[in-house]
Amino acid sequence: MKYSLYNLVKNSFSYHENWEKAWSSPDLKPEYDVVIVGGGGHGLGTAYYLAKEFGVKNIAVLEKGWIGGGNTGRNTTIIRSNYLWDESAALYNHAVNLWEGLSSELNFNVMFSQRGLFHLAHSVHDMQEITRRGYSNYLNGIDAEILNQDQVAKKIPHINVNGRYPVLGALLQRRAGTARHDAVAWGYARAAENLGVDIIQNCEVKGIDISNGKVVGLQTTKGSVKVDKVGLVPAGHSSVLANMAGFSLPINSVPLQALVSEPVKPILDCVIMSNSVHVYVSQSDKGELVVGAGSDAYNSYSQRGSFDMIEHMMAPLVELFPIFSRLKMLRSWGGIVDVTPDRSPIIGKTPVKDLFINCGWGTGGFKATPGSAHVFAETVFRGEPNDIAAPFSLERHFSGALVDEAAAAAVAH
Amino acid sequence: MSNQNRTIYGGKVNREKPINFVFNGKSYIGYQGDTLASALLANDVHLIGRSFKYHRARGILTAGSEEPNAIVQLGLGARTEPNIRATEVELYEGLEASSQNCWPSVNFDIGAMNNFLSRIFPAGFYYKTFKWPPSMWLFYEHFIRKAAGLGQSPTAKNPDRYEQKFYYTDITIVGGGISGLLAALGAGRSGCKVLLIDENPELGGYLLDYNFSINEKDGKKWLKKIIEELDGLANVTILKRTTAMGYYDYNYLTALEKVTNHHVEFSNTLPRERYWRIRSKKVILAQGAFERPLVFADNDRPGIMMASAGQKYLSRYGVLPGKSVVLFTNNDHAYLTAFEFVEKGAKVTVVDTRDLLNARISEKCKLLNIKVFKSYSVIKTYGDKKVNRIEIQQVDKNQNQLTGEVENIHTDCVLMSGGWNPAVQLFSQSRGKLKYDLKINTFVPDKIIENQKIIGSNNGQFNLQENLNESFEAGIAAANELNFNSVEKVNWTGKEEIEFTHSDVEPYMLGKKKVTKGSKHFIDFQNDVTAADIFLAQREGYISVEHTKRYTTTGMGTDQGKTSNVNALALMSHIHNKPVDEIGHTTFRPPYAPQTIGAIAGRSVDKLFDPVRKTSIHEWHVENKAVFEDVGQWKRPYYFPQNKEDIHQAVKRECLAVRNSLGILDASTLGKIDLQGPDAAKFLNMIYTNAWSKLEIGSCRYGLMCNEHGMIFDDGVTSRLGENHYHMTTTTGGAARVMSWLEEFLQTEWLDMKVFCTSVTEQWAVLSISGPNSRKFLEDLTNIDLSKENFPFMKFREGEVCGVKARIFRISFTGELSYEVNVPARYGRYVWEKFMEHGKKYNITPYGTETMHVLRAEKGFIIVGQDTDGSVTPSDMNMDWIVSKKKEDFLGKRSYTRSDTVRHDRKKFVGLLVNDKKTILPEGSHIVEKALKQPPMKMLGHITSSYYSPTLGYPIALAMLKDGISKMGEQVVVPLMNGKIIEATVTDTIFYDKEGKRNNE
Repeated sequence: MKYSLYNLVKNSFSYHENWEKAWSSPDLKPEYDVVIVGGGGHGLGTAYYLAKEFGVKNIAVLEKGWIGGGNTGRNTTIIRSNYLWDESAALYNHAVNLWEGLSSELNFNVMFSQRGLFHLAHSVHDMQEITRRGYSNYLNGIDAEILNQDQVAKKIPHINVNGRYPVLGALLQRRAGTARHDAVAWGYARAAENLGVDIIQNCEVKGIDISNGKVVGLQTTKGSVKVDKVGLVPAGHSSVLANMAGFSLPINSVPLQALVSEPVKPILDCVIMSNSVHVYVSQSDKGELVVGAGSDAYNSYSQRGSFDMIEHMMAPLVELFPIFSRLKMLRSWGGIVDVTPDRSPIIGKTPVKDLFINCGWGTGGFKATPGSAHVFAETVFRGEPNDIAAPFSLERHFSGALVDEAAAAAVAH
Repeated sequence: MSNQNRTIYGGKVNREKPINFVFNGKSYIGYQGDTLASALLANDVHLIGRSFKYHRARGILTAGSEEPNAIVQLGLGARTEPNIRATEVELYEGLEASSQNCWPSVNFDIGAMNNFLSRIFPAGFYYKTFKWPPSMWLFYEHFIRKAAGLGQSPTAKNPDRYEQKFYYTDITIVGGGISGLLAALGAGRSGCKVLLIDENPELGGYLLDYNFSINEKDGKKWLKKIIEELDGLANVTILKRTTAMGYYDYNYLTALEKVTNHHVEFSNTLPRERYWRIRSKKVILAQGAFERPLVFADNDRPGIMMASAGQKYLSRYGVLPGKSVVLFTNNDHAYLTAFEFVEKGAKVTVVDTRDLLNARISEKCKLLNIKVFKSYSVIKTYGDKKVNRIEIQQVDKNQNQLTGEVENIHTDCVLMSGGWNPAVQLFSQSRGKLKYDLKINTFVPDKIIENQKIIGSNNGQFNLQENLNESFEAGIAAANELNFNSVEKVNWTGKEEIEFTHSDVEPYMLGKKKVTKGSKHFIDFQNDVTAADIFLAQREGYISVEHTKRYTTTGMGTDQGKTSNVNALALMSHIHNKPVDEIGHTTFRPPYAPQTIGAIAGRSVDKLFDPVRKTSIHEWHVENKAVFEDVGQWKRPYYFPQNKEDIHQAVKRECLAVRNSLGILDASTLGKIDLQGPDAAKFLNMIYTNAWSKLEIGSCRYGLMCNEHGMIFDDGVTSRLGENHYHMTTTTGGAARVMSWLEEFLQTEWLDMKVFCTSVTEQWAVLSISGPNSRKFLEDLTNIDLSKENFPFMKFREGEVCGVKARIFRISFTGELSYEVNVPARYGRYVWEKFMEHGKKYNITPYGTETMHVLRAEKGFIIVGQDTDGSVTPSDMNMDWIVSKKKEDFLGKRSYTRSDTVRHDRKKFVGLLVNDKKTILPEGSHIVEKALKQPPMKMLGHITSSYYSPTLGYPIALAMLKDGISKMGEQVVVPLMNGKIIEATVTDTIFYDKEGKRNNE
């Protein structure tokens, strides 16, 4: 049943007793053309585009827990594409373009809200960095405005521009914003299932069957399954899956925490990011401040972090917004992020034939969801990455052709 | 009439001490010892706020930290705080509070029309609509945002202060009720260090509200004795008004103490709240339990509250919330409250879901003239802003349906009790596993992970007699396990008139049809989640508990589901016809209760947010009007304006002074690391790209540090001071990173190397003098022979400067004859002033970082982090000469043979001269292949440094340019955002003194 205001009103007369399942829980079939391992936004989206754009009929998404329960449901929902390098800009901007039509495409409101993102600059060096990135964005056709201190103070009520590290300016991307993270997983799941994709929850992959260098099947907690192609999209456990297939990844898995405040009436209508003072914050539609910052310094697979990281989020938040000091932190949580040496993802082929991987999104995968899923679907279908995905091969970690987004933020004098 | 609901006697409020307060603009009087909630109830105020989604009238549901409904905006101006639970606010003189989420007033709230439209607003309705047209979402969202939220954020800076405290203890006990107190006593008597935390202003918990006897004594008298003994134990610390918030790995707890929140006057000396960070060898959880609501249609009206809350308001505060009371229960225990209410003059009717009743209770009900409807359920309530009537109907449990006539009861207060849920939040945070207990129908602790005990009702144990002894013994055992002496066991005997033994969980027995046909059986009060919403979520496939939670938002309010979770899970269990254990539960996350952001930030605010680092010469710079820039944590003089100069004029003057005579720079912020040990040279060979084995004592060498990918990440000059002794310098911003980098390799990779690294950045003041007159100038002030022959370029000498022991490095970042004079930091300003005085005849000119940048750019010297960005190799910077071809290994080496690193068309470091000789290219602008009217344009590189060169009289720029070396002399274009296109010519990177004569003078 189509989601619309009309149907919502219509169903209200029958007390909403006739809505169908957004997705069902079919049994695992013995054989699939393509199996996607990982039921987050990236994995579900991959299945959706494989079915929708490439006409693949027999697809399953295997999720060891509940769909959207990994980093899709644990992030701070920020979406932007103002990346420095051409390769990243192309990938993330492809995502933003898809975000803009996603609610219509999926017939599910993912609440993509382009409320603008301010990347704050606190030093001469920061100003050089945002200018360089702003120019790079501009020349790549991505919207970018470089603002001075007065403009920032005017556009962001209540921000403290004269703190320990004064705000000297900001890089503004107006097309950036936030979305409702859970809705992305649910929307893709519903749309994928409408196209015949089997979504199997509580199904953990325990082994990968390889014959003559080609993937042929998977061992799961719900039995074994034969496959023609496999796409691994298991954020937080990429290395574990890669090890099952007999290769290793240049990835460190670390906890990343985020938190929300109690809900309050609208007080912040844009997204704020600061690398130097180190916090990012926006206000959700529910009214909660959604806050994030750095990842924990140790490797872990447990989805919990240490308290000092929370402290290191709150002090910068109060530094930038002294008015938030009396608000209350309501809930904090952790996710596991897979970090590559250059902080860019790995999308593409693996040493195993017909086994593809999409991982290593580090702390910023949510924003890329539709773009990542879209280019990965094509990679899985054609067996080769397209132009956007190609620079993100696993191979680059051997050749040295890194896409180092962290590099640009280096500080020195 | 004031305090009309106050009983004539009873309660623990001090009726001699009236307190004035204001709610929604109206003045009221309460008493010392009241909470805001009890004082409002005493004054017959039941309507406290409006709910999140439907703006339904809401009152007071509980009497504690689990309150979902009675949340208010507390205080005014900069001290206002939203979403404060009225049930926890201790009344103080002049308190002002108001209702939230209502307009224009809580009595007449426009938003309440949502309630009438609620039929089209079921759970998740927003996922199904507002999608068309896409461009309109921001418009719809604007109104959604306005409708959402609860209270208002302050809009001024918080004037209050918060503190943090670190604490180490043997045993931390969370909860100061019967169990916690006895555990504290058991552990305390053995002599170990005990910290007892309780969120209330008064210890005793449940004992304060209910009557019973211990050791044949009145419970309250017994309590007083226990507390007296604990107060007398020096090894026991008691924190009241303190909520344990987080339980992290290895018994690390966080707790928030309200220090002055309840004070009349704001304190200048005390913090408002104190954040405790506690590391404890053992933890005993004794947090007790929360009473569980019952789920029936319109169970959310003001006047409907938990039985235990009614009990507390009556017995502790002397407030009778209603005169014609209905108790709706599924267990024996709640009858205690019915009896108490009758005793204080209320008329009580009981609606009990069960058909068999304990004979003793039956008898007492008869005696007190309490009518009991057995096997009945409340099926609906009425009353606009307060409950005034309920409907009840008989329950056929076997058929799971309602039968018989609907009966009406007029009432002004409904007390409900659905049993008790242990407060397992902290236990779960500590990774403890829960199991579902079929006797009391709730989750109870099962498997403990941390070094921890959990006791009393917190452990699902509600028998007083057993709790008394087990709790005391748990305290003794905990101390024993930490090797403290055993103390004698005590045999306590306790008796409660009626004990809580078991209860069903039965939100669903109220008739399935009723649940879904548009009536509102609230599960989560604050977030307006009804039973129908839970049904809808299951119907639509949001079956995992996490999906149900996220889709319906149940348990996501500011109470974090303390009253709603178990009912939601039980309903899901009913719908799927599966045991609750199989449904599972969501993860409990810190904090236990909302905690103040400012308290977590603690003192890391304002000036203390991050320490400011200043050189020993800093104050001189301030006195001489330097403009500063932040470089890392350091404040560095950016330039020294004279006579209203702007930055350009000042920098021009400073540059020319250095080139023509003498300049002086405070370079103390440069990172300095002292390296000692027999393997120091070997270590440097691995860390730097060039060779260090042959560096002689007394010589200096420039080095590049690269990461494993072969990319430059720091640079500096390292000098050999002695046989096994080196002095390394780093960039200012990179100092800490380099130090960690060295230590990481020494500690994790090259364990056999004998090298010690010591940061000496702050031990030395560095005065860099530069310019053609620097030798002449310095000769007068030092005993070191500065002659060209005896102290050539790239050498180091020790001696005295201005009578102070000094190290002089003859190195240059300006291209001029230069000396970096290092003196012990405490002499920095002294020597600086001597220099300024003596340098007058050379017109000595202090210069800042900007002049330093310009001078080095004229010479083509790189600044790591500005000209490099972590993606460039030494070769990219035309510095192949610094990469050893002979060394067997060094960090980065393996990467120089990688296919991408040896690519010929990599970006290279070049100079640029603008053709108009006027325009200063913006740093960060890009060179494009072809300038087009509109982006996108293909980029070839970017401008890394760009200045007006006072020495040359025209602008110069440095850039990274694709295949730049082969483009020497070619024309390039740089489009600006304002549409202008700048043309420039590619040159080499050295603009001035290409032969390098000047610094060799």
